[in-house]
Amino acid sequence: MTVDYIFEGLNQMFSGFTGNEIFLIIAILLPCVGCFIFIALYGLVAIYAELKVSSFIHDKTGPMGQGVGLHAGKWGLLQPVADAIKLILKEDIIPSSADRPLYILAPFIIFIGAFVSFVAIPFGEKVIVADMNIGIFYILGIGSLAVIAIILAGWSSNNKWALYGGMRSAAQIVSYEIPAGISLVVVIMLTSSLSMQEIIGYQSGGMFGWILFDNPFMPIAFVIYFISALAETNRTPFDLPESESELVAGFVTEYSGMRYAFFFLSEYANMFVVSAVAVTAFLGGWQSPFPNFLNTSGWSVFWMMSKISLLIFVMIWIRFTVPRLRVDQLMHLCWKVFIPIGLFNVFGVAIWIIVRG
Amino acid sequence: MGVVHGEEMVLNIGPQHPATHGVLRLQVRTDGEVVSKITPYMGYLHRCFEKHCENVTYEQVIPFTDRCDYLASMSMNFGYVVAMERLMDIKVNERVEYIRIIMAELQRIASHLLCTGVFGLDLGAFTPFLWALRDRERILDLFELTCGARLLYNYMWVGGLSHDLPVGFVESTFKFLDYFEPKIDELENILAHNKILVERSADIGVMPKDIAISYGVTGPNLRASGVKWDLRKDDPYSIYDRFEFDVPIGQGLKGTVGDCWDRFYVRILEIRESVKIVRQALASIPKDGDVHQSLPKKIRPPKGSVYARTETPRGDLGYYIESDGSPIPYRLKMRSPAFTALSVLDEIGGGWLLSDVLAILGSLDIVLGEIDR
Repeated sequence: MTVDYIFEGLNQMFSGFTGNEIFLIIAILLPCVGCFIFIALYGLVAIYAELKVSSFIHDKTGPMGQGVGLHAGKWGLLQPVADAIKLILKEDIIPSSADRPLYILAPFIIFIGAFVSFVAIPFGEKVIVADMNIGIFYILGIGSLAVIAIILAGWSSNNKWALYGGMRSAAQIVSYEIPAGISLVVVIMLTSSLSMQEIIGYQSGGMFGWILFDNPFMPIAFVIYFISALAETNRTPFDLPESESELVAGFVTEYSGMRYAFFFLSEYANMFVVSAVAVTAFLGGWQSPFPNFLNTSGWSVFWMMSKISLLIFVMIWIRFTVPRLRVDQLMHLCWKVFIPIGLFNVFGVAIWIIVRG
Repeated sequence: MGVVHGEEMVLNIGPQHPATHGVLRLQVRTDGEVVSKITPYMGYLHRCFEKHCENVTYEQVIPFTDRCDYLASMSMNFGYVVAMERLMDIKVNERVEYIRIIMAELQRIASHLLCTGVFGLDLGAFTPFLWALRDRERILDLFELTCGARLLYNYMWVGGLSHDLPVGFVESTFKFLDYFEPKIDELENILAHNKILVERSADIGVMPKDIAISYGVTGPNLRASGVKWDLRKDDPYSIYDRFEFDVPIGQGLKGTVGDCWDRFYVRILEIRESVKIVRQALASIPKDGDVHQSLPKKIRPPKGSVYARTETPRGDLGYYIESDGSPIPYRLKMRSPAFTALSVLDEIGGGWLLSDVLAILGSLDIVLGEIDR
């Protein structure tokens, strides 16, 4: 969408060069750069949020930046900047026995997986880089790219802890794609569309138009999707691939500096993406929760961001409340609890649609 | 657990690993995630304390006892002075006895807080750990108020104490206990009855009564297996026979008697019992009495030997002291409760998953300083 607007705008501005392919390249590159900057800035905010939310839960203050000299600004606002600078300046170590090409490739793949998903996230009626007719399907598919990167990282590090982390992660992410997919299938059944914008369009008219409250099966689907999303993004209680008290740091054990930062950033980017999908599919997307209240296209970005932030807050909250599951309990939860309930849900919604017309 | 068997891999957990509580190396044989054999290698923190003690005077031994179990230094001091006073036949006055009991029980609370917090941390729960440390800090503040040190106190001396209680100690301790008692419930609620924690620890690493006894496991680990054995009750030293408290034992509330959950929960119950003891002791502590009254001019015990055991937060701590009549111990041997707890690890930890082994290790509450000495 945005690409089209920029392309047309460029064509109108420089009407002498109409149809120039350079315009198309510029029109494609601009939103990508925009997305990249957005992810980087959002990463900083998310790190700060994680620090501060965890501090409130832990009964401590978190970064406050008090004292004389170099410190992290008012209320520690510059703490994530300091973290980022530290990670950039750190020595980049590649273990001598690592599988070098794969080791170098892994952080890029995981970041691409998170980055490319942003293309299909709608922030407003016109604020979406590409409104594909298979948007939600695309995000689910691209999201699975992370698992390849994690296996590569785990394998190429030539470290037993990393290998354990990679293997756990492979099993976990592949398994939890299924309940996540099944719970999104019911949304697709209701809206009869895979396009993100059309799914949002279905939920117009305030909070009670949301798919979450559409029928009694939807809250179940939402809960299953949200928990599976936690598992897909390796967040507690499903952070087994990098469980720090068992596997040291899991698949990132050998990574340092900027390469580590890429894993770190993509974890936060993935959190954003799964929250955005949850908001789009269940919570009305960029629409206002109240009918005809600030429901203009200007406010749509605000509503989308606040809903996503709420879900990210819940993720952080969960992370600092519950312990971690064991690997077999994780699989049990997925295959013996979520998938049967999810399939039942699909069945129920199908009957609901037939009965209600 | 699984029927598929693959190639076994040897994995070294430690000596630098977040879950080994110090510098311990566990060599585990794993088949996938399933652990078949655990071999603990210790000695990374061996500082020759027992040999050192043969070269210093009896007073100078006390700082070494501090540094053995650095999470329960007061209790380590206490064991040594009890042994020495038995050897030299010294009777200390009432006030000293009361202060010692208050300190030892506060230390027990601090140590158990750390243990339960770290157990949660081993299972991935970060918040309870910080909550436990927050409350432990307050106890350390009380210790700092008393003797100026927060970790290694050198507070109990043979025949007395280094300092008397400071002004306002009794009030601030009461204030702390009033603050602390609701916090125990908080800690219990977030950890003990958490569904995920119960799943992770109930029925895991069951230590039956007979195994616990045959390995010589003591303290909360033994009581969690259902044996009501507490030296404070069964072989009272100092003035423990004057206080009313229960000895909590594992009942298998969430699983089997002697599982990880029981070992963890017994500690929370013991914190409550210790609070009771501290309250009673604070209420009845004598107002007068010089803590330096019975300090011997020079410590030169008669020829002979003594073995005295006390109940530290980790269990049955024994001191064997052999004296040849000189001001320097001829031989000093400590019986370490954490050592026996560690040796039972292979017996109860084999066959579980890797994550469970670390949970079991966390529930045994070992301190490497005491094991290696």
